[in-house]
Amino acid sequence: MSTKEFEHDEWLYEIKPKTSNFSLNLKEVWQYKDLLFLFVKRDIVTVYKQTILGPLWYFIQPLFTAMTFTIIFNNVAGIKTGSVPPFLFNLAGIIVWNYFTSCLNETSDTFKKNAAIFGKVYFPRVIMPMATVVTNLIKLGIQLLIFFGFYVFFVANGTMEVILDYKMLFFPVLVMIMGLMGLGLGMIISSMVTKYRDLTFLVSFGVQLLMYVSAVMYPMALIKEKLPNLGWLIEYNPLAYVVETSRYILLNEGTISIGGLVYTGITTILLFLFGLVIFNRTEKSFIDTV
Amino acid sequence: MKSKNIILKVENISKQYRLGTVGTGTISHDLNRWWHKIRGKEDPYLKVGESNDRSTKGESEYVWALQGISFEVGAGEVLGIIGKNGAGKSTLLKILSKVTAPTTGSIKLRGRMASLLEVGTGFNPELTGRENIYLNGAILGMTKNEITSKLEEIIEFSGCERYIDTPTKRYSSGMTVRLAFAVAAFLEPEILVVDEVLAVGDAEFQKKAIGKMQDISREGGRTVLFVSHNMAAVKSLCTSGIVLENGKVVHVSNAEEAVNFYLENQNKRSEELKDRSDREGNQYLKFNSIEIENSKGNNVNQVFVGEKINIKLRFERNVDFDLSKLILSVIIYDLHENIMCSFPSDEMNCKFENITNNEIILKIPFLGLRANNYSISLYSYFETTKKENAIDIINNAYSFEILTEDFYNSGKLLRNYNCAFLEASFE
Repeated sequence: MSTKEFEHDEWLYEIKPKTSNFSLNLKEVWQYKDLLFLFVKRDIVTVYKQTILGPLWYFIQPLFTAMTFTIIFNNVAGIKTGSVPPFLFNLAGIIVWNYFTSCLNETSDTFKKNAAIFGKVYFPRVIMPMATVVTNLIKLGIQLLIFFGFYVFFVANGTMEVILDYKMLFFPVLVMIMGLMGLGLGMIISSMVTKYRDLTFLVSFGVQLLMYVSAVMYPMALIKEKLPNLGWLIEYNPLAYVVETSRYILLNEGTISIGGLVYTGITTILLFLFGLVIFNRTEKSFIDTV
Repeated sequence: MKSKNIILKVENISKQYRLGTVGTGTISHDLNRWWHKIRGKEDPYLKVGESNDRSTKGESEYVWALQGISFEVGAGEVLGIIGKNGAGKSTLLKILSKVTAPTTGSIKLRGRMASLLEVGTGFNPELTGRENIYLNGAILGMTKNEITSKLEEIIEFSGCERYIDTPTKRYSSGMTVRLAFAVAAFLEPEILVVDEVLAVGDAEFQKKAIGKMQDISREGGRTVLFVSHNMAAVKSLCTSGIVLENGKVVHVSNAEEAVNFYLENQNKRSEELKDRSDREGNQYLKFNSIEIENSKGNNVNQVFVGEKINIKLRFERNVDFDLSKLILSVIIYDLHENIMCSFPSDEMNCKFENITNNEIILKIPFLGLRANNYSISLYSYFETTKKENAIDIINNAYSFEILTEDFYNSGKLLRNYNCAFLEASFE
């Protein structure tokens, strides 16, 4: 076989030095879709192994947080939540917020956590953070179940009226925005953490602080009214719109801002695309620096 | 030039690593690299880099773990990759299995590649054997249906039927390897990469695994890349071989010749002992030559089992110190770098006070090692065997072969093993 013939030959794969252009191989990711579901299954099945309460932990955490928030922010600090019981108001905020933070936290150390397996075998690395987001989606589903449990309870109790309507259809869109934003940010951070570990520290307390400017335990309008000077902090925070809108959809409480949502959507898509690019660049040689 | 069907083509692969730790110093290099890149210039650190000789002190922070590697593998070929520790074998496999990208060059493949680099890659200890077969198979690139169709065969081949619904954390390490190998073997990739994994399993499983690899290549027409220090396995399993040394390909041929080249090359190094620079220690004294004298008084590098030999060392002194404080340890290794025996002068209560002609002779009245290839390393120290007191340390200073013989006059030659040989008899 002469060299000339080789040039016309079809090679199935080619391994080359890292290139800077956008090279996400979607076809390859699709081939590995079974792996994604097996990772999700593994995460769901193994996370509460050797615990006594098991999956009950999915409920305990948001319930207690919502209870604490209700006592501190509504009973002590006296934040008003309109016609909705404060507990339900907080629960809605926390569940949506939790989805974002767990997506972000768990994807942000993808490379570090999986260095052992990534160092031995190749599969599209992006499967890992994607599996995390899907796993958290299932957790979100479980947590929404208890939300609706309390919802029915408060309605039966006569504390509030049924307010579910066609707006509910937009809720999955909001969840997707939250997931994509967590994934995008997580991918960016995980890529940078492989070489410089500084960001790990930033993420752990940054996320906590971020909650206070994301309208989780108060309506957006309240901050604008009470702290007009700091209102911009909330207005520029895309997360605040998602939390606020989720509550508007679920509880008919708060405001909806189309401009804010468009801004959020664009930010999310940009973050996600940037995350994908940087993640793809890192995956090729992170094992040398991690 | 070759009529065979090339399935894997490696062209001019190089890989550069930066030594030392990642810290604030790294960021300035990264920024500099980025600055060159946005101006469309070449990476300034690609030009530096030195060849990767672990024992010598280098000038540059950058080393080439691999440099200009090119080779081709045809379908159905079993390629053995041999070389010393640090020759670049694992780096090459990592690049081949896409774990890390090469710095330059390209690799072209005409088929799916699966690697079996280490035991139980991707096994989750909490999951059962069956669940792990699915998980591991998917990690290696199989779809769920493919795995289901082969599940029975995989379980049977692994021989872990009884444990298949038990979490793998309860498995012995041997069982984990069996299961892992079984999954990879039934993956039916066009190219299978196997790196020293078989060392963990027992003899029966090793035989089974090697047989399976032969089946894969002969009957399945698939290609196997096999990395091993076990020369016997390379000889029996591989059809062709390449030898790596300090990140470069130094020999390509059939397996038999490659193994011989590798062993000879190790021998050759001994002749240039005085030119060797990969030494450690303060060099108060430097060993210049090493020879083995057999029972007939000839200098040889082949001796017989149980023979009486003298190992003669000559040295030169750079610093005048009290030779009675010299501690010398001569250590014999097998090819897998296992210590076979050692002769430390301090334990043997030997003082080198009366040495005048710069020559030390180690007398071994009965060389109790079976027939195989061995190497000698020299360790010398001042007063104590602490690392900071090292005078001259040379690994693999000399290689020699022990030949088999009819030791017991039974009409049978002793079998070849790398193990000790003791004088004994049955009553």
